[in-house]
Amino acid sequence: MSLLEVRDLTISFGSKKVVDCITFTLEKGARIGLIGESGSGKSMTSLAIMGLLPDTATISGSITFEGQELIGLSDREHSRLRGNRIGMVFQEPLTALNPLMRIGKQIAGPLMIHKGSSLKEGLKKALELCTKVGLPDPDRILRAYPHQLSGGQRQRIGLAIALACEPALLIADEPTTALDVTVQREVLNLINALVDKEGSSLIFVTHDLPVVSAMTENVAVMQLGKIVENASVASLFHEPAHEYSRRLISAARLAEDSFSGKGGQL
Amino acid sequence: MSQLVLEAKNLSRTYKLAKGASGSGRALRHALIDMNMKINSGDRVGIVGESGSGKTTLVRLLLGLDTPTSGSVEFKGQALIAGKMPWLRKEVQIVFQDPRSSLDPRMKISEIIREPLVCLNIQEDHNARIDEVLDSVGLDRAMRDRYPHELSGGQRQRVAIARALAPRPTVLIADEPVSALDVLVRDQILELIAALTNSLGITLILVSHDLSVIARLCDRVIVMKDGVVVESGNTRQVFDAPAHEFTRALITAIPRLPESR
Repeated sequence: MSLLEVRDLTISFGSKKVVDCITFTLEKGARIGLIGESGSGKSMTSLAIMGLLPDTATISGSITFEGQELIGLSDREHSRLRGNRIGMVFQEPLTALNPLMRIGKQIAGPLMIHKGSSLKEGLKKALELCTKVGLPDPDRILRAYPHQLSGGQRQRIGLAIALACEPALLIADEPTTALDVTVQREVLNLINALVDKEGSSLIFVTHDLPVVSAMTENVAVMQLGKIVENASVASLFHEPAHEYSRRLISAARLAEDSFSGKGGQL
Repeated sequence: MSQLVLEAKNLSRTYKLAKGASGSGRALRHALIDMNMKINSGDRVGIVGESGSGKTTLVRLLLGLDTPTSGSVEFKGQALIAGKMPWLRKEVQIVFQDPRSSLDPRMKISEIIREPLVCLNIQEDHNARIDEVLDSVGLDRAMRDRYPHELSGGQRQRVAIARALAPRPTVLIADEPVSALDVLVRDQILELIAALTNSLGITLILVSHDLSVIARLCDRVIVMKDGVVVESGNTRQVFDAPAHEFTRALITAIPRLPESR
């Protein structure tokens, strides 16, 4: 049995289909990248798995996770998985974190809700998690509020919260888009190392081809709600089958070539 | 010999932080420290740095929107005084990062482009000029009566470029002009900026955190970190043989495509 099976998933708002009959599976410990431009449906797909779609969305098809059908679950049932068996890291850590709550309590939150930890136990585990995500001086960090931390530190906190309950699946939705390049590199390395160590599966959502190629072995290319190509990173780059994949790759190549001096100036 | 248009002389800007941000008293933040820079007519200069490096502070000072703590910015030899030089906006125009927030959602495209012509009191047929700049940024004239929300991200950024070019500026500052756009649209906008600044002989100052964007458009690059210029020079030379450790870190941090050729 696969860890996650998405079959004929369709999401619409009114008459507008934002995700159009997509199918993919993810084995335990495997990784997949969802890549596409804005409006391709990649974020809606991850929100559907998390059970976080707005009420106005209509959803059909099937999403099974650890053998359980997720479509049709009540919010209460879905919330037992969220932050527990499925962790998620969002694009903008400043809006994903609660500005009025100290970091320690935010990391302890999922442990208290899902694992029945006391606040004290939760904070103790939070301290370990801070160290695990490479934050220096964790005692100080736990007492801090989000605005007192840098963007990179906040995203490490986002990762600590997502991993607190040792989820079977981690969804990272554009986790480094809001970060500087040097910080991006550190956070990507961290996600790579932690997902490896914990043996979680990973869905990595991004618009950035070079980033996804460093993170996952398989990539699903999305355009206008459809998966137009689902291939290994190696074969996607060697022989992209779909015209849209070819355009994405050549745009990324153009950027890289101009940087390395092969492309010339405009 | 090309003429000096913009010059920063020992330019510094220090902000007072809010009380209590770092214990007692009001801490200072040195956003820009003793910066010197000369930009000649027709130059295409890239400014690269991470968040907090002072790029935006520099842009605000170059536009005459902010007063330096010390030092000065001179436009053709005349020191800028913030808010006191309405004519400066005719000479130095800007394209912002996100056209969703830089275009007024309640104005039609024609009104958006007309605004600088009216505000700067430019004596020419405004309607003809609007059509002209719409043509030059590759937008259909029928777009005149549309509103920003009816346009795609790339089209909106074309409108922002048309608005900046309408008063025929000598300097165009583009602050992260493609980072809010989709990958496939980015190239079109970069090509447009390159073609227009080339054909009109406009001086370009391009601010970006993306080295490949700067490599494509700029002859010269200035690398900033913590309010200080750490390295500057010919774009190719700086990127091929970076002298400063920070420039090297920036270059090695860029995610690369897998080798496949």
